[in-house]
Amino acid sequence: MSVLILGATSRIAQQLAHRFGEAGHAIFVAARDADEAARIAADVAVRYRVPTASAGFDARAFEGHPAFVADVEAQLGALEVAIIAFGDMGAGPTADFADAHRVIDVNFTGAASIAEAVATVMEARGDGSIIGLTSVAGDRGRQSNYVYGSAKGAFGLYLQGLRNRLFSKGVHVMTVKLGFVDTRMTFGMETGLPVASPEAVSRALFRAWERREDALYYPRFWGGIMGVIKAIPERIFKRLSL
Amino acid sequence: MERWSELELHGWGRYPRLRSACTRPERVSEVHAALADRGADPLLAHGLGRSYGDAALLEGGKVVLTRRLDRMLDFDPATGWVRCEAGVSIEDLVNTFLPRGFFPPVVPGTQFVTLGGAIANDIHGKNHHVDGTFCDHIRRVELLTAAGAVVVCDADHEPELFWATVGGLGLTGLILSCELKLVPVAGPLIEMESVRVENLDHFFAVSAESAAFTHTVSWIDCVARGKSMGRGIFMRGRHAAAGAQASPGVLGGVIDAVSPLMQVPMDAPNWLMNKLTMRLFNEAYYRKQPHGTTAQISHYAPFFFPLDFVRDWNRVYGDRGLLQYQLVVPPDPQHRAIRQVLEAITETGMGSFLAVIKEFGDRAHPGLSFPQPGVTLALDFPNHGRPLLDLLDRLDRVVLDAGGRVYLGKDARLSRAAFEQMYPDLDRWRGVRDRWDPQHVFQSSLGRRLGLSGVRR
Repeated sequence: MSVLILGATSRIAQQLAHRFGEAGHAIFVAARDADEAARIAADVAVRYRVPTASAGFDARAFEGHPAFVADVEAQLGALEVAIIAFGDMGAGPTADFADAHRVIDVNFTGAASIAEAVATVMEARGDGSIIGLTSVAGDRGRQSNYVYGSAKGAFGLYLQGLRNRLFSKGVHVMTVKLGFVDTRMTFGMETGLPVASPEAVSRALFRAWERREDALYYPRFWGGIMGVIKAIPERIFKRLSL
Repeated sequence: MERWSELELHGWGRYPRLRSACTRPERVSEVHAALADRGADPLLAHGLGRSYGDAALLEGGKVVLTRRLDRMLDFDPATGWVRCEAGVSIEDLVNTFLPRGFFPPVVPGTQFVTLGGAIANDIHGKNHHVDGTFCDHIRRVELLTAAGAVVVCDADHEPELFWATVGGLGLTGLILSCELKLVPVAGPLIEMESVRVENLDHFFAVSAESAAFTHTVSWIDCVARGKSMGRGIFMRGRHAAAGAQASPGVLGGVIDAVSPLMQVPMDAPNWLMNKLTMRLFNEAYYRKQPHGTTAQISHYAPFFFPLDFVRDWNRVYGDRGLLQYQLVVPPDPQHRAIRQVLEAITETGMGSFLAVIKEFGDRAHPGLSFPQPGVTLALDFPNHGRPLLDLLDRLDRVVLDAGGRVYLGKDARLSRAAFEQMYPDLDRWRGVRDRWDPQHVFQSSLGRRLGLSGVRR
């Protein structure tokens, strides 16, 4: 049974490839940078001696997504798990709308598009897991990253609906919301909060998948933090500089 | 997203501590981008920070942290050749390949080093007298050069660049990947013996009779003087054959059980390492070993990496840090230089907490590689400041007079004049480096101090 990892060049996604490879799964590594995807596939093959394959993947080439999924299954067999781990933070709210458009296309439309393609084959088989990585930024809109946050938030809503639709078909859908992780995005940043290692994230996510959980906040305390942030009344929240 | 973050870096000795703009690439394309985006600043790779002094530091420059470039790209189980990115660690290699019956051909005293660092410092281990240095088992290196090109060099293709890169302190280019030959082993166990040696002559006698062992090293009590000078515990071993059983109740088993708990949580006070505690430690350690020879079957970790069981052990030296001084001097039947060094240490009272002595094999290593035929002595000193620096300058003169040299991977204070006398291949090395990096894009604080880079001649 194979595991498809989309957006595999992030450190978190690489570590996920390791966890599933370690557990004996065949791994398909997909990323925008095809050379880098091939390196990650080679790494998993050397370390865990499981079948691997890789390909370039463009989240915004929506029409090609069903064929992409068919190709993955042709190479490594029926998909057991698909992990949607790609993301695009964009340049921030001051950039022009072309930047915002791409951020929405990648984080929401592209994510939903490939999830639909995977859902179609899993639903027909009545088996499988779709894991979507969203962000705590999607829990409440803030001036510093609301385009990214709204796209991630929309993807979170999409996953909720998909979970509801596929539950009766035996397909598991898991939403993962990550707080600060020690990645390229946070390197050198003064976060003021504990930063999780990508390896710890991958282990927590793998365990949550084994238990077929619906949603995972990681680090877990972020569930509490976001609960508080969501509870702040809007007339106060709008005055905050977050 | 900002590529560069201002960070204070230090080596394992925690002296000196220098600020640089750092980036931590996770993709090969980001390494190229870092080189292109360095502005007018010089650049240096930094792995796991286990060289002791300033070999992997670059004050005010740009530093590429390589630890996330850690992909294993290819492995051939028929031959043991593995191709890895430079940020892969020895620990990672051991954990991945020991279960399949392979072990790195040469390991240093810690497994927390990257392959890039192992090449840049051409590290050696307890088997130098049999197997040479780490780079004797490297057949190919992939470098990102100052011009932004990716060059794969080996004995046939760009052999001079390969020659200058092994042991080249990361100054010929940024090491992207390498090919290393792992050696087959039966399992994780080491068949070993410990011999209590009474003095320096006894050490050399035991060393001479230990030729049948692939791995030898001796802890030496450098507080003891007079007839006991050079007393210590000689350890020798080899990878155990199939079917060996670990000795019951050996120290290794105990360390294994408690090791996850052992960590130095904070800097110890600077006074902790003083004359009295040094003397007590050395005495106790010596007494631990009974007279004569004891044999046991040990796990590889306590044999190869005893100090890795205490995370951050360098912090016991306090926030002033420590300096390590490692020397090699050519063979001498009277062992005059070694005696002079030990006498100078006991005389000044700046005893060393951990001292290690070993006879190297007769292989010569070119370029800026450290090992040469003779005997090597490695000494740890708390950073006493000026008095210690004076002592080490004195030791440099002893080493130079004997025709020896000090190890740059451990160094934080050697003078340019002494360095230039210690490394006879220096001019040839500069010639090759200047061909590949005429602008000295790749620099280090150590290189600047020793006149290797940033100095127009």
